[in-house]
Amino acid sequence: MQLWLIPLFPLAGFLINGLFGRRFSKSVVNAFAISSVLLSLAWVARVVLSTDLSVAHTEHYFTWIQSGAFTVNFDFAVDRLTAVMLFVVAGVGSVIHIYSIGYMAHEGGYYRFFAYLNLFMFFMLVLVLAANYLVLFIGWEGVGLCSYLLIGFYFDKKFATDAGNKAFIVNRIGDFGFSLAMFYMVKHFGSLDFATVFHQAGGASGAVLTTIGLLLMLGACGKSAQLPLYVWLPDAMAGPTPVSALIHAATMVTAGVYMTARSWPIYIHAPIALDVIAIIGVLTAFFAATIGLAQNDIKKVFAYSTVSQLGYMFVGVGCGAFSAGIFHLMTHAFFKGLLFLGSGSVIHALSGEQDLRNMGGLRKKIPWTFWTMMCAAVAISGVPPFSGFFSKDAILIAAHHHAPWIFWLGVITAGMTAFYVFRAMFLAFFGGYRGQEHHIHESPPVMLVPLVILAALSLFGGFIPVPTYLGKFFPTVVAPEEDFVLVAISVVVGLVGILLAYLMYVARPGLAGAFADNVRGLYTLVYNKFFVDEIYGAAVVDPLVSGSRAVLWKGMDAGVIDGIVNGVGARAQGIGGVLRLIQSGNLRSYATWVLFGSVLVIVAMGIAGGMR
Amino acid sequence: MNLLVAVLFLPLLGFLIALAIPRSSAGGSRVWAMIVSVVTFLASLGLLFWFDRGSNGEQFAIDWPWITTPNIHFAISANGISLWLVLLSTLLTPICVLISWRAIQNRVKEFYAFLLLLEFGLIGVFLAQDLFLFYVFWEVSLVPMYFLIGIWGHERRIYAAVKFFLYTMAGSVLMLAAIIYIYNRTATFSYPAILDMLASGRLIFGPTEQLWLFLAFFGAFAIKVPIFPLHTWLPDAHVEAPTAGSVMLASVMLKMGCYGILHFCLPLFPSAARACAPWIVVLAIIGIIYGALVAMVQPNMKKLVAYSSVSHLGFVVLGIFSFTLLGLDGAVYQMLNHGISTGALFVLVGLLYERRHSLAITDFGGVATAAPWLSTAFLITTLASIGLPLLNNFVGEFLVLQGAAIAHWQWAIFAAIGVILSACYMLWLYQRVFYGVVREEVRVHLPDLHLREWAAVVPLILMMVWMGVYSQSFLPPVTRSNARVLEQSQVNVSLRVQSPAPNPHPLTPVSLEASNAR
Repeated sequence: MQLWLIPLFPLAGFLINGLFGRRFSKSVVNAFAISSVLLSLAWVARVVLSTDLSVAHTEHYFTWIQSGAFTVNFDFAVDRLTAVMLFVVAGVGSVIHIYSIGYMAHEGGYYRFFAYLNLFMFFMLVLVLAANYLVLFIGWEGVGLCSYLLIGFYFDKKFATDAGNKAFIVNRIGDFGFSLAMFYMVKHFGSLDFATVFHQAGGASGAVLTTIGLLLMLGACGKSAQLPLYVWLPDAMAGPTPVSALIHAATMVTAGVYMTARSWPIYIHAPIALDVIAIIGVLTAFFAATIGLAQNDIKKVFAYSTVSQLGYMFVGVGCGAFSAGIFHLMTHAFFKGLLFLGSGSVIHALSGEQDLRNMGGLRKKIPWTFWTMMCAAVAISGVPPFSGFFSKDAILIAAHHHAPWIFWLGVITAGMTAFYVFRAMFLAFFGGYRGQEHHIHESPPVMLVPLVILAALSLFGGFIPVPTYLGKFFPTVVAPEEDFVLVAISVVVGLVGILLAYLMYVARPGLAGAFADNVRGLYTLVYNKFFVDEIYGAAVVDPLVSGSRAVLWKGMDAGVIDGIVNGVGARAQGIGGVLRLIQSGNLRSYATWVLFGSVLVIVAMGIAGGMR
Repeated sequence: MNLLVAVLFLPLLGFLIALAIPRSSAGGSRVWAMIVSVVTFLASLGLLFWFDRGSNGEQFAIDWPWITTPNIHFAISANGISLWLVLLSTLLTPICVLISWRAIQNRVKEFYAFLLLLEFGLIGVFLAQDLFLFYVFWEVSLVPMYFLIGIWGHERRIYAAVKFFLYTMAGSVLMLAAIIYIYNRTATFSYPAILDMLASGRLIFGPTEQLWLFLAFFGAFAIKVPIFPLHTWLPDAHVEAPTAGSVMLASVMLKMGCYGILHFCLPLFPSAARACAPWIVVLAIIGIIYGALVAMVQPNMKKLVAYSSVSHLGFVVLGIFSFTLLGLDGAVYQMLNHGISTGALFVLVGLLYERRHSLAITDFGGVATAAPWLSTAFLITTLASIGLPLLNNFVGEFLVLQGAAIAHWQWAIFAAIGVILSACYMLWLYQRVFYGVVREEVRVHLPDLHLREWAAVVPLILMMVWMGVYSQSFLPPVTRSNARVLEQSQVNVSLRVQSPAPNPHPLTPVSLEASNAR
């Protein structure tokens, strides 16, 4: 089946553009970058359509690590879950690559951008194709690297490189959990292969599985930006907008959801771990949505929205509705990718302006952008029959079945989601233009076509029968009955959110300001993102850095240890006063003595040997 | 004449001839050093070619009587571990010649002569199978390094060189005493003979005796590794050493200690080693975290890399004292990885120093704009160093931590914190040096890599990728030799407790307590 070809194309694109791209013209860079991803998509289609995926199809390439009885193979496998992920990654990835041609046309480092983007595709495809945890971890770390490189793409800007570092390091904290989970698996199962581990999971003790499940969840919390490790994702918006769309909305950040869903045979025997996932998910969804209510940077609104939507996916997985979680992962890739690409088009039109307060009335000037973004907005708000409606309701119904309070918190979040998305839409596209005088232009077709494709998918993607397709893959732990009342509640709450946004930002524009004034304290708290970054800084980062400097380095290393060493040295010097004659303090004389001594020893031995 | 002897003596021959090259011909010294080091490297590739990968024993063994009283032999041989360490030495020496080409302008002849002598000493340490010969090589390697730091170093070179010398001497004196004690007990310095006696039960070290002997050996090795809190010579030595000195010191010399522990301490004194393991592991884990935290706040690039070495070598020690095959394999692999990637870091820092004449991080910024390829090479090295999968360090770190987890779950938890911290200090360093707006001084003084520098950097980067992607080229001989080390330490342990314990599970370590329980 040659699964290895799927990631190989983007890898080749990366190597060609990375090594020689500086000498290429932009169209040559495009040719390699785009064709590699399209070839990969084509190969995905060929593989998926020509293989019976009801059982996993595994390919072995070579032994990666072997020590004694422990072996990690470089293996790829494809099954139904992988197939869905492959289509999402390669499909949305291709669309965003094409969009980037237009978006990056006037930016420096053009070849570098596409090289990184191709490298990202390589690692992401390895991640979803992996047949064991360690190969998955290659992709996992690799996409993190590309995320780091692309967040810090404008590397002369300190906030961008700071954000890159933050993303990498916070993810490392998650990876700490992931790594420990793997160590624990090997300790108990002797292997990291999905097949072996999952086969043995049924017979393992609950404590072991719960530990593994919680540790894996820590990894997923890092990658998928869940509480308490979500802080890197909003900052990650420092990268170019196509990166935000591809990596920080559609694909990489969903890797945590994919990984937990992939590990379902472990989780179904670890109900505590599942509960924790669901609770973290719903709290993250709610918490991030509140912050999203008050952000003025258009990308920040959607960034917090992404954190919140990832929370929904966690709820889905945590409630045992794995296929609903993956379904929402897919629809989210469509509409959130579109929202980011649309914001990119807005930012492009305004030559870099990202502040919603300086926008307004853009509906007429960039109609294609407006209408396509509107499709995404209704999809994310859960308006039937658009894609978000299906996936979000599947999750919420499963949540109700699992624990009603999660459902209700999820519904409130859905209302807030509709509100903040339409708030952003209304602020950007309705009313009068509030920015500086500027030539506002619609984006070129190379950017609009991807918008239209994603708009169509956002509107009608809900009809792709992913839940049925995956229903044969995941166990049916819950059989959520189609509860019309629950569906109606969540739809109505969503519509109320939209209406409220309309009221506050279109019908009565003064209302929002007045409302914020009334709850000034709360507003300040939310506007400043609950000061979480500041708290982390003061509680963790600063003590660590200043403690290392003052206590460990200056105190322990230079003070205590070297103090003792130099003290011993000084004492020895006192005793050695009689040896003053040879201790001239002259380096050359020291050198001579040492050399003389060693030569003497060697010669003496040689002579002794000769005399034998 | 056997190839191993050729590999060992080529650098010595080169050294002697280098002494005869007239002082006026600096170019001649450089070219000669290059020729000798490359020929040595090629000869060592021959070792690789003829090495029997299926066997776990010592190969290319030579045993020539050297001194009759005391009975000292010139006995050398290579195993699956020392083979790679020899190759690491022979690979890095030509690279050191390359990077010193322009950096060393005074006393050129002596510099290259000492470099070749250093190579001789290092190779000898890894090959010696006679305890006294081992000690001789151990000391021989010390001398040229002392001079490399003391003569071609930076401002505080005398302090650093003397500190380096005294620290190491303090340790090796203890080891010499222990070696002589063993000779008095056994009437031989021959390491294989001593192991035979231990295995057959003709020689048994009593518990107290064994403990003291272990500590004497271990002390010397621990200083060299270095294990916390014996590490403070390392940052000074690195900062003051010329680039080539730093590279050889970090990449190869520190491995003398690691190799010594693995090759001598475990098979000779297994009970003591196992008894001390928990304490040593604690020191190793402190070293991992402490080294990383102190590295994070260093204002000087070389010092930062030096402290990162303390952290990385903590993993090696942890792996060894996990007493699991995975841990041992990871430790050896990590020794090689550290040699490649930290060696590359010192090479690249040296290139930055050559251009900017400063090691202070604050004197840089925006290098990525001025020298993109240099920055790319540094980035790849950084990623290798922080253990990104598909690059070399990941394989080693993973095996070490996995081995530690199998031995004691808590060890892995604490040690894995070091993996988080490595990203902190390396990425922060990278950001401050390479990112940001390019400063005028940086733009003017920092040209990109030229051909000679490419030749020094590219082999190391290729090795990082190769070792990270296809560890099967390297690990199988290592595993075999490590299995033997474990077996030796096992045989001796079971002799003492009178009950050979078959290992029921291949991945779990057979601990002393388990054997006792039987």
